[in-house]
Amino acid sequence: MSSEKGLIPHDLFPWKPAKVSGKAPQEKLIVAHAPHWHDGSKISTKNYNIMIAALPAVLFGISQYGAPALGVIALAMGSAMVWELIMNLAMGKPWSIGDASAAVTGLLLGMLMPATAPWWVIALGTFIAIMVGKQIFGGIGFNPLNPPLLALAMLVISFKGVFDFDEALRHYDLGFAMAYPLGQLKYFGTAAIGKFSVGDLVMGKQAGAVGSTFGLGLILGGLYLLLRGYIRWEISLSFLAGVFVTALLFNVLGDSSKYAGPFFHLFTGYTLVAAFFLLPEDSSSPANFIPMLLFGALAGFLTVLIRNVGAYVDGVPFSILLMNLANPLFDKIRPKAIGKVVENA
Amino acid sequence: MIKRSFLGLAKPRLQYSVTVGTVQELPVPSKVILLLKEPQNGGRGNGLKVGDSVKTGQRLSASPEGVEYVISSVTGTISDMAPYVGMLGQKCKAITIDASGQDDWDDSFNKEPTLDAALKFFEYAPGNPSFKAFTDPEKSISAIVINGMDQDLLLTANQYVVQNEAADIKGGVDALKKMTGVDRIVITVPDNLVQQASTTGADVKSVSATYPSSLPHMIMKDVLGEVVLAGDSVEDAGVVFMSAEAVAALGAAFQTGQPCVTKIVTVVGKDGKTTNVRTRIGTPLKDVLQACNVSLNDRDRLIMGGPMTGAAAHSEELGVEPGTDGIVVQDETNSAQVTDYPCINCGECVRICPVKIPVNMLVRFLEGRFYEDARALYDLDCCIECGLCSYVCISRIPIFQYIKLGKYELSLIEIAEAVNE
Repeated sequence: MSSEKGLIPHDLFPWKPAKVSGKAPQEKLIVAHAPHWHDGSKISTKNYNIMIAALPAVLFGISQYGAPALGVIALAMGSAMVWELIMNLAMGKPWSIGDASAAVTGLLLGMLMPATAPWWVIALGTFIAIMVGKQIFGGIGFNPLNPPLLALAMLVISFKGVFDFDEALRHYDLGFAMAYPLGQLKYFGTAAIGKFSVGDLVMGKQAGAVGSTFGLGLILGGLYLLLRGYIRWEISLSFLAGVFVTALLFNVLGDSSKYAGPFFHLFTGYTLVAAFFLLPEDSSSPANFIPMLLFGALAGFLTVLIRNVGAYVDGVPFSILLMNLANPLFDKIRPKAIGKVVENA
Repeated sequence: MIKRSFLGLAKPRLQYSVTVGTVQELPVPSKVILLLKEPQNGGRGNGLKVGDSVKTGQRLSASPEGVEYVISSVTGTISDMAPYVGMLGQKCKAITIDASGQDDWDDSFNKEPTLDAALKFFEYAPGNPSFKAFTDPEKSISAIVINGMDQDLLLTANQYVVQNEAADIKGGVDALKKMTGVDRIVITVPDNLVQQASTTGADVKSVSATYPSSLPHMIMKDVLGEVVLAGDSVEDAGVVFMSAEAVAALGAAFQTGQPCVTKIVTVVGKDGKTTNVRTRIGTPLKDVLQACNVSLNDRDRLIMGGPMTGAAAHSEELGVEPGTDGIVVQDETNSAQVTDYPCINCGECVRICPVKIPVNMLVRFLEGRFYEDARALYDLDCCIECGLCSYVCISRIPIFQYIKLGKYELSLIEIAEAVNE
């Protein structure tokens, strides 16, 4: 009994069930490392909640633009999941569509598309988002850039016509000025945006992408995610603050016939969907407090900068992608761990 | 298991259990199993053999001058001695003693409170107090902290002792002062036990009931205002921690002349019902569970200790150890399951870490086995091992296990380097 052949406790431990005569063998217990409690959070739960939060804005878009909008969302989500599955099979990895992150990527990309986007643009977009944006880096958690935004940026550069909302939505008459506010601002100055009151913008009375025009819905969804702790308030709010302050400075200090006021910038284009759904994407955003604030504020600053003096109508995809690249540097700013010994050279 | 609250904006707060119940006295078990550590330098005596008869309170060691020993908690005969390997590879001898049913006390312990007596008889007292730091010439101990709070959630063994055995703690405090010469003795208790603690003669400080404020490093920072440097133990910082139960055992022993051979254990069943029991050290877990009407099924977890830091045992035939403050039985569906999903960088661990470690980066290095970089760049040594990072991890990465593994691997490297020099 006292021989020491192996090192596995089960082999060495003398009280084997066989030795206990007349009794049932003892229960097989699970051995695991502490902690034995978990708060029950799951990636899939988080992603389902993001989808729930996106529902008001998406349903509003569908009610505005009808079946084509539904088609865009459905195709984007479906194709994103198919790409993810194909990549799982090709790489011989366990299926990861169950975590719903591919579905969320598809949903978010669909929300950024005009209702009239052709099917192949959507399928190509989700291909870029899933393959180029995520899978080639190793899948969930490894993407340095926000996948839907990367896809959007590539599509906007490649197919300008598809994202010309005025042109794309010209057949719709929804009872309000059917013009893309940021386009009007860019090409005609603040004189052309008088027809958009802030109230109308918040209530979605503006032309735009399927899921990014209904400000109130996006804010409600965003608040839901903030309160449930699925996104970080530091990032969302600092982004909105960055947009507001920068727009205000341009408007007050600059040429007010060229630069719109802060509220216009908050409720048009992709600002709100970026603040609550795109920017706080986990893998491409920082985790420490000060970096989160810097990340959001600088993304907001760049967004308005590109809108006001850059070449593109909306600066969201580019400003956030730039900030994504800086993310590892941001996270170097971190508090000193308690007890850490700093050696001075 | 406490789940995430619906509103998740604020970080979760885990509260220690502070409602202390009564203690159920268990009868002397028919056998006890004691784990005798084997000395690290490989020196192996044969002072003990199967068939030896032992008395209650007798010091059992492999050789008469051996540093490692156990105190027999029953009177009877040694029926089995088998090798056993503990969690981090610690080699032990599992000594089974069949109890005769009657206690015949060994009389080699005398009531003189000296450090020598403490080293010889109390390292195996309930609560595993360590007196080695007092004799270590490299450490100067300036204070002793008696932890009247339990280390882990759900457990109330130490709080029971503060509430009901304050007189014994007082005796222990006096003995500690006499044997160690340390004047500064602090007792830390939750708010509701401040009054009982004030009768012990130690300096009373209250600690918050929020986990992990009762871990020694947190007490050092919050109560004593001293930060323990990364990689140092609390003893390196000049403070020795002892549980209230250990100090009470010390006090009682110097009064009665018999070393303490019982341990108070909080037993938590699957339904969350908690019972405190007082039982002989070495009682098989099975007997304790039976006495508390807790049954085990296949794939359950039997945790020695609490839910955040306890070790899941592989067999209910193991004995209650001097450090076993609790026995928690968990159903498989209620246990934390881990996955091999990657970190998604959500930052929950970074925000909950009580010592501000960038856990999101640390876990990447640990997963890649870059242990030395993990220590140099991402503060592996600052970790106080509370387990909160694993608790909140949305990817369910076994972060705490990675941290323990990293520290263990680094310690092996250090030992190898020391041998080569």
